[in-house]
This record gives sequence, C-alpha cells and structure tokens, in this order.
Amino acid sequence: MKKRILMQTLMASAVIGAFATTAWSQSTGPVKIGVLATLEGPFAAGGADGMRGAELAVRERNGVVAGRKIELIKASSDAKPDVAVNSARKLVEQDKVDILVGPLSGGEGIAVKDYSKTQPQVTFINGSSGAQATTLTSPSPNFFRFNTDGGQWMAGLGKEAMKRGYKKVMVIAEDYSFPYSQVQGFMTEYCAAGGKVPLKAWVPLGGKDYSSVIARVPKDVDALVVVLGGADAVNFLNQYEAAGGDKPMIGGSITVSQDVLNYRGKRRDSLVGTLSAGPNADAIDTPEYKAFVASYKKNFPDGYPSPGLFAVAYYINMKAALDGLEAVKGDLSDGQKKYRDTLAKMTLKTPVGDIKLDENRQAIGTTFITEVAKDEKGGLYNKVVGKTDNVTQTFGQKPADFKMGTRDVPDCP
Amino acid sequence: MSAAKWRRAMATGAVAPAVALPGRMQLVASSPERVRTRDGWPLALQRWIDGISAWQLAVLAGLVIFPLVVSPFITFQIGAQALALGLIALSLTFLGGYGGMVSLAQMTVAGIAGYAVAILGSSSAAEISLNWPWWLVVPCAVLIATVCAAGIAWLSVRTEGIYTIMITLAIGVAFFYLVLQNYSLFNGWQGLHKVYPPTVFGINWRDPLPIYFLTLACALASYAFISYIVRSPFGIALQGIRENPRRMESLGFNVVAHRVAAYVVAGVIAAIGGVLFVWYNGLITPGSVGTSWLINILVIAVLGGMRHPIGPFLGALIFVLLQTFAIDVIDRERFNLVIGGVFLAIVLFSPDGLLGLWSFARARLAQSRAGIARSSSVSIPSRPMSRH
Repeated sequence: MKKRILMQTLMASAVIGAFATTAWSQSTGPVKIGVLATLEGPFAAGGADGMRGAELAVRERNGVVAGRKIELIKASSDAKPDVAVNSARKLVEQDKVDILVGPLSGGEGIAVKDYSKTQPQVTFINGSSGAQATTLTSPSPNFFRFNTDGGQWMAGLGKEAMKRGYKKVMVIAEDYSFPYSQVQGFMTEYCAAGGKVPLKAWVPLGGKDYSSVIARVPKDVDALVVVLGGADAVNFLNQYEAAGGDKPMIGGSITVSQDVLNYRGKRRDSLVGTLSAGPNADAIDTPEYKAFVASYKKNFPDGYPSPGLFAVAYYINMKAALDGLEAVKGDLSDGQKKYRDTLAKMTLKTPVGDIKLDENRQAIGTTFITEVAKDEKGGLYNKVVGKTDNVTQTFGQKPADFKMGTRDVPDCP
Repeated sequence: MSAAKWRRAMATGAVAPAVALPGRMQLVASSPERVRTRDGWPLALQRWIDGISAWQLAVLAGLVIFPLVVSPFITFQIGAQALALGLIALSLTFLGGYGGMVSLAQMTVAGIAGYAVAILGSSSAAEISLNWPWWLVVPCAVLIATVCAAGIAWLSVRTEGIYTIMITLAIGVAFFYLVLQNYSLFNGWQGLHKVYPPTVFGINWRDPLPIYFLTLACALASYAFISYIVRSPFGIALQGIRENPRRMESLGFNVVAHRVAAYVVAGVIAAIGGVLFVWYNGLITPGSVGTSWLINILVIAVLGGMRHPIGPFLGALIFVLLQTFAIDVIDRERFNLVIGGVFLAIVLFSPDGLLGLWSFARARLAQSRAGIARSSSVSIPSRPMSRH
C-alpha cells in the first residue's frame, strides 16, 4: 500500500515536472533559429559569407538574448527554389525552429515566402534574397525582410547619371527578375529626370559571347548601363574593348565587384569613374560600418578582406531577429504575436544606417552610390559619392500604381 | 480471409496447375466472353498474382503503416518525395536495366509533364496558365510528355551505349535552355510557382498523408506494371534486344519499334512521376530540369540497382535521406562529402547497387546457414543442402 502511494506520488510529480519543463522552455529555454543559405551550387561562396554574417550577429551577443540561449541550426540549398523549400521544411518541421533566417537568392525567396504561409507558428526573416515579388505580390503575414530589394539598390543612380551628363544610355542586362528590378530602379528616376533609353539588350545568364550586343550599341548613346554578374561583366568588358568600344559604364549592384576591379585589360584606367549603387560599399566612412568590418575580420580571419553583400544582408536580418527577441524579452508565446508586432514596428540600427519596415514587412533603407577610384598603390576600389536615405520599395509611388520591373517596364525610348 | 491465407491458397493452386487452373478459371470466368480470353489476360494476371511473395506483402503493409507512425514531415519529405523520385528513376531502370538504353532525358520527360501541369492548370503566372480542370490537365500532361518521350526515342534509339547517353543528355540540356530563355510559355528563370494539386473529395491532396498515399498508389501500380511487362512477350523480346540486337533482328523482331515502345512505356511512368513531383514541390523552374537533376536520376537508379523494379525506390529513399539529413551528421560545408562518399562506397562495393548488396548478404546468410547445418549433420556429409 505504501509502495503504491509512493509510486503515485512519484508519477504525479513526474507529470507536473514535465508540464513545468515545457512551460519553462517556452520562456527561458533556448531559442532555435534556423539559417538557410546556399552552401552548394553557383552561390556557394556567397552563401558561406552569408552564414558568417548571420553568425557574427549571434557572436556579438555571445549567443544569449534576454537570458535565452540562441541555438543556430544551419541548412543549405543550391539556389534552386525547390531545394530551398525542402531545406526550409526540414528546419521548420523536423528541427522545429522558432525563427528561420534565409534564403539567399530571389527565386528561393519567393518559394520560401509561399511556404511560410503554411507555417504560421514560425517567423520567417529573409536572408539576402532581393526579388521584388517576394514582399510586393501576395505578401505573407509571417515573412519579414530587413534588407532592401534589387530595385531599391539602384536608387539615386539615375539622378547621378543625369548629373554627369549621360542623357541617353543603352541597357545591357541579364534576362531574369533580378536585373529587371535593377534596371527598373535605375530607369524610374532616370526617365523621370528626362533621360532616354533607346535600347535594352537582355542577354542570357552565364552568356559568353557579347559580339551581337556590342554590334548593336548605338553611336549616339552617352553611356552603357551594364547589369551583369561578376564573371559575365569581365567577359563583356574584354569583348567590348577588343571591339574598340569607348563608352563609359554604369554598373549594377553586383557588376562592379572585385572581379571587375581586378580587371587587367587596357581599358582598366577608363574604369575609373564608373558609377554603381548598392546596399553597402567597401568604403563607407561611418564609425558603425568601420566597427562592423573590424568585427567581421576579427571573427573570421579566413573570410573575405571585407564583408560582402551577402554577409551584410544576413547580418542585418539576423540582427533584426535578435533585436526583436531582446525587445520582447525572449517572449515567443501566443503564436509569436508580440514578437512579430515588435519586428514590424521597430527601427533597426545597422552598420549601413537605420532600417524600418513598410506595411508589407519590406525594408525601407539606405542606398549608397559609388564610383570606381584609384588608391595610392594604383589599385581600384569603390568610393562612396552619395547616399539616398529612406528608399521605399515602390520609389515613392502608390503601391496600387506600382508595376514590377519586367523587360518592357519601365520604358522611355 | 487474411492476406496470408489467401496467399497460401494461391500458392497451392500453382503447385498443381493441371488440376487447379480450370477450376479457378471457372471462378473467374462467369461469362462466356471471359472464357475466350483464357489464354490471354486473366491467365497472365493469375500468374502474376501467384508471383506476389510474402515479403512483398510485408513491404506493402509496412508502406501503409509507415505514415501513421512517423511525423508528417517524414511522410511528406522522405516518403512522398522518395516515391515520386523513385517513379522517375523506375522509368530509367526499365529502359536501362531491361532495354539496355541509358537515357539521361527521363527527368526531361518528367519536367515536360510538370511544365504541362503548370501551364494547362493553374500557377502564379496568371497570364500563362490556362486554368483547365485537373481531370483534363493530368491526362493531357501525361500525353504530351509521352509524345515527347516517343520523339526523344526516335532520335536516340539508333545509337548505342555512350552515344545514347550523349544524345539524351544533349536533349535534356537543350530543354533546360529552352525553359530558361523562353518567357512567353515557360516564364524563364523564375519558372512557375504555386502549382498545387487540386482539392478533390474534400481532401487537400498536398497534405502529407493524401499526397503520400497518392504517390504510393501510383508507385505500386507502376511497379506492378513494370514487373508484369518484363515477363510479357514484349518484355522478353526487349531483354533479348538488350543482349543481342542483331540476333533479335535476324529472328524477325523489329528492334527499333521495340525500343521506341520501351521509351513510350518509360515515358508514361516518368510523366506520372513528373506530375507528382511538381505537385510535391509546388513549383517548377529550369533548375528542376537542369543537368544536376538529369544526373541525379541516373544516380538514384544506379544506387538502387538496375536489375529489379524495386531498385529505383530503394535508391530514391537513400538519396532523399542523405539529401535531408547529411547536413546534421557532419560540418555544414562538408556534407556533400558524406553524400558522395556513400554513393561511391555503394557503387564500389556493389556494382549492382543496393540490390546487389542485398543478394550478396542473402547468399552469405544462406551459405553460413548451410555451413552450420553441414557441420551438425556429420553422418551424411555428401548430401547436397536443398533448403535455403
């Protein structure tokens, strides 16, 4: 009899204990954050840098937010949307993360956003993907993006080009959504300021032969707007030089990369003065950015000489996740309602300036205009010549009137 | 009657066919039309049912119980995905293992079916999709893909060995670039999103359990169909062509027609797999039909083993498990090393894939059992061991 009572007491206490543990783990146990980036495929190097950015944000807080330990679970994709969703599903449904940060590229972003609608219990925060459609068409209530998109990254460049006297330009860009939005970001301002774009050439991604495009460059344009990825841009430059071209260049956000700056052709000097724009630059002259670069270098001696675009974006988004968690004191109860409200309203302090979200949970932030310059050793680098604050996704237009960039939108021949 | 009893009853019938068959035929043949076809379908069907073994029933029971035990995630991502991929790889196993034609374009056929579902049905690109009802979309998608498979066959059956691989790879890559650069029909780089299965009978067929049982049903039907067809006169002729096309030609078989027909059969299965795979993913992009997927299908087929239609499903299971969980086993930047290592080990130690490992293990087991029996029965050592 005594034994039975003892057993009952033991079992009762075990049950109470189990309940207490679950209750405890909801408010003070570790927070599981999944990070999804491309560790394989064409963006493997960028994905690894993105992971560094995300990890840096966690290390700056020593892995603890509001008394709760941060447990990072990593997953990989190869920049294909189906693979990204599979990896996201594993993080959410198998590893049971509370928050997911990622993915890296545009097509993946749209697919993960669609998936997020089926998982309302998890908060999704973007990694570095920059497709406009992700937050513009049928946005998901639990998908947040604290980085600006491909269109916003070109804000201010159109006006700067007009200021330099480029009244007429030709566009040469890769044929998919990211360059569409980049070209839109440039042309929206440029056309409004009176500039003309008589010809747009859309070339396949990873194309090797640009001779037919070069042959079509009109004599009377003042500059070429080149929105090509790093290796494609170098191929284009080589062939343009061989064909005797001499027009100045305006680059997209991923065009004037280290590949291009290390270009060794005869036209190397003519690259000086090439304009481009983006969400960050190697040489932003603020103490916050300098401290960020120093911290990156100290934490990742095997990383890049300075954090790349992907590292910055993942850092910003992970920082948003952690700052939000701090603000609600680690409280993720009630379907993370309080946490999401906080994320939607907060002003995020980042190395590249303050970021706020619009009603679609899309970042409103700063874009930097850069110009290629020569340092004292003769090396080329991107010098910051201007910046535009509070760039919105629709460039100040009403969301209802705004049309997403395509091959034909916008147009001003 | 329990499945086991039923099995036993069928098996005893097969032992004495002369006595049992007429009696059983009478049971089946209730109308005179049926009797006329006694030497055709029903007999073949009977034989085929006789061929179902106990372990196949056990596997079937396991497959049905499996989703009720594990989490929805495992059911969906491991179960449904492996079955859909297994279907596509099954078409390659049939072509390669029984027809001796290794085609890398099977994912392309599946991709054509997937794109057809997205274009004829509904997707995120409203200006492209035609929004036909699902019962029209699915047969049309399978038909289009099968016709394309026949076209691919026409181009490639006149080649042998490595040249078949080259020409089908070329077709696959050409289709990849077509969907990558065509915007009016395939929506280019971005592809078509939100391609979901319909809600029929009040069931959302993309929920883990429904889509699992849907893929399972298709996989079982295709498995049964292939098991049947490789024992049919057509299948036997196909295997004859694999062994020696010249001799079969001189025996009066039309080699080209048999090969094209094999591609068509494989095309139907790949197309069904393609429809299920696009429903599983909910989207299709050029990446879904890119080179890596063309080769993944070959990897799955080789990994499982090309000698038996169960091979591709085993291969797909291992493939999906590795893709999903390898990253948990080892450092994030090195997990592809595990995947490659396992593939290499399987192919290195067993050229027949997992099936080869299985038969090797079974042979060893039988050998050791025989060895134990022999050592215990000292009185008559020369007697051959018949029990395995």
